[in-house]
Amino acid sequence: MFIIRFRTFFFWLTGLILVASVASIFIFGLPLSIDFTGGSLVEVSYTNPRPDLATITKDLAPLNLGPVSLLDSGANNVTLRSRTLTPVEHAEVVTALSEQGTAPLTELQFNSIGPSLGSELATKSLYALLAVVAFIVLYIAWAFRSVPKPVPGWGYGIVVVVMLAIDLIVPTGFYAALCHYTGAQVDSLFVVAILALLGYCVNDVIVIFDRIRENLTKNDHARVQEEFTTTVGRSIDETMTRSINTALTVALALLALIFLGPAATKDFALVMLVGVVIGTFSSVCRSAPLLIPLADYFAKKEHEEKSGSKKSGKSKK
Amino acid sequence: MARRIFIAIIVLVAAGLLGWFVFSTNTHSSRYAVKLGLDLAGGTELVYNIDTSKVTSDVGGALSSLQEVIDRRVNLFGVAEPLVQVEYANPASGQTQNRLLIDLPGVTNLQAATTAIGQTPTLDFKLQATTTTVAATPVTVNGKTTLEINPASSTPQYTDTGLTGAYLKSASLQFSNGSGSTVSNSPVVIVNFNDAGAALFQKITSENVGRTLGIFLDGQLIESPVIQEAIPGGTAQISGHFTPAQARSLVENLNYGALPVPIALASSNTVGPTLGTAALHAGLVAGVIGFLMVALFMIIWYRVPGVVATIALVIYLIVTVAVIKIVPITLTASGIAGLIISLGIAVDANVLIFERMKEELQSGKAPHEAAHIGFGRAWPAIRDGHLTMFVSGLILFWLGTSIVQGFALVFSIGVLTSLLSAVFISRLFLFAILPEKPSSLWRFLTGSGMHF
Repeated sequence: MFIIRFRTFFFWLTGLILVASVASIFIFGLPLSIDFTGGSLVEVSYTNPRPDLATITKDLAPLNLGPVSLLDSGANNVTLRSRTLTPVEHAEVVTALSEQGTAPLTELQFNSIGPSLGSELATKSLYALLAVVAFIVLYIAWAFRSVPKPVPGWGYGIVVVVMLAIDLIVPTGFYAALCHYTGAQVDSLFVVAILALLGYCVNDVIVIFDRIRENLTKNDHARVQEEFTTTVGRSIDETMTRSINTALTVALALLALIFLGPAATKDFALVMLVGVVIGTFSSVCRSAPLLIPLADYFAKKEHEEKSGSKKSGKSKK
Repeated sequence: MARRIFIAIIVLVAAGLLGWFVFSTNTHSSRYAVKLGLDLAGGTELVYNIDTSKVTSDVGGALSSLQEVIDRRVNLFGVAEPLVQVEYANPASGQTQNRLLIDLPGVTNLQAATTAIGQTPTLDFKLQATTTTVAATPVTVNGKTTLEINPASSTPQYTDTGLTGAYLKSASLQFSNGSGSTVSNSPVVIVNFNDAGAALFQKITSENVGRTLGIFLDGQLIESPVIQEAIPGGTAQISGHFTPAQARSLVENLNYGALPVPIALASSNTVGPTLGTAALHAGLVAGVIGFLMVALFMIIWYRVPGVVATIALVIYLIVTVAVIKIVPITLTASGIAGLIISLGIAVDANVLIFERMKEELQSGKAPHEAAHIGFGRAWPAIRDGHLTMFVSGLILFWLGTSIVQGFALVFSIGVLTSLLSAVFISRLFLFAILPEKPSSLWRFLTGSGMHF
């Protein structure tokens, strides 16, 4: 009953983390990658130590590429970002990067996206995300439709969405800070991480809500009078070991991905790890502070209705 | 009990066979080797916007013939297992334009690829050089200069006439009536020139009676008829020993100029082979180590059920990979992410069941009965969780961008397999080994964590 006893504390702790995350998003901003803005990215690996970035900038100047960002990465890699390049311009850029062939290099990747396609990808990702969230509310509302009082099924649906919003805002805030300090950008892979988190967190919340549903039904059948607060607290305690163990196993897999996995999915795994920790914390510590006020609200409303009917006529007992 | 053990053994053997299939089909030559996405295998992905604004009637037909034409060009480019597909506009998902996606595995020369795909078929009429202009080079041997005919001139030399496909008005398919040199009923392509082309054609034929006029398609000689007389009217007949299908596609290509609808390069993504291989290798290492850590944790914490869960997870992985191989699904970096998350979900389903089982054991029930109740109690949570995730995966697959789709597809399959592994396989094995009667040894073996 630890969580229930200190639910005011967890409520404010959640608020604090949320404010910090939102602040991080607004202060650092979310730098969109060429996946969403359109543009080109060229990554090359030099066979010998890479030339000075200033030298490369000078070599690129005659190509008239507009604003170009050069980043050194890895041992001898250079990443160039610019406006959308045509295949011909791309060939010229690679020649310039190799200093007209004097600095041998291998091209690791070239990615070029037209501006209209980029903004369309962003819209598409957003639509997909909204569609999934809408489905989740409806499904939870339906699956919890016959839960005994005080909270109706759609109440659970709304709480789940509020929790999911928090679960996704926090890692996003973390990523904004990460982008600020490492030069990472919001790309399609970040969207995938957020989607994967969505899947994980929904499952996590459902497990706890399922236990609340089960305990409420059990009480209802046995005609046991139990405070809603107590039922919620008991359900959270009963599912605690499971929540922690599951988070731990997923965290183990993600840690392997962070330390041993491909460079491309490192940031992905880091965002996921933050999200899994927050998601578990969220379902364990936030479901109660969010559900109980809702229960109070419905109990009060019902009480008012009853007393209203009492006034109008004779009640049963 | 004996029946359960028998079924469990059959499942183990079947899983072993499937595992053998998964491991033995990893060589490149195998039909069932995992198809790696371009981000892992290296290659080029091109996305073209298709401009259908000028197509008034049959948009679907124009798009499918575009796909055919591009398919042919990509095949001519010499790529193993290319992929050409049309992505239709879908207002529901925010995609406003029809798109053409082209995957060229192993191709890293972007410029050559875009040129080969964007090129238009060219039709050229060239005159064969007369024998007096045969190229010859003076060769000096032992101080004596002789004029030696250039070996290349054994194949006739052709000179441009200026008449090309640009003067084309239309092309049509006819079947020969058997006159002249053509075989009866063989397909011939009739080319109609516009006015300027007709004048040029008449001029060329009237000035060069008796010479050979070479007809070139995409730079290759397809026919070399001898001009018998001046041809007015601007109609030429090409009877290059076509099959009816070839003749039809030539007519289509010529009529559509280049492509049935104009296309413009919207995005390109080239991944070099080194980056892809490194990513794949690191992904595999991380996957194996991650799996071992998860298995170790499960066995230490949940003991016998942990071992059962680990076996169920191995079977889960084998089945998922087998599905990926057989369908086949192209595995990308985001697909691997989907696999890892669905593995986490599969672990969770087992954890849920074991925690429930533990509660029943603590209340003094026999292992067998505890497992039975545990599965029943865990089921609603597993059902709701898996269903939500599966449908979410389907929505993402329907609406998502290609990188999101790569994730969503593997994730959805993983969630389905997870359900199978937790509900069917873990259950089967647990019931096969758990005794009916409680004993202190089994109480320990099926206990968990710090409880002894």
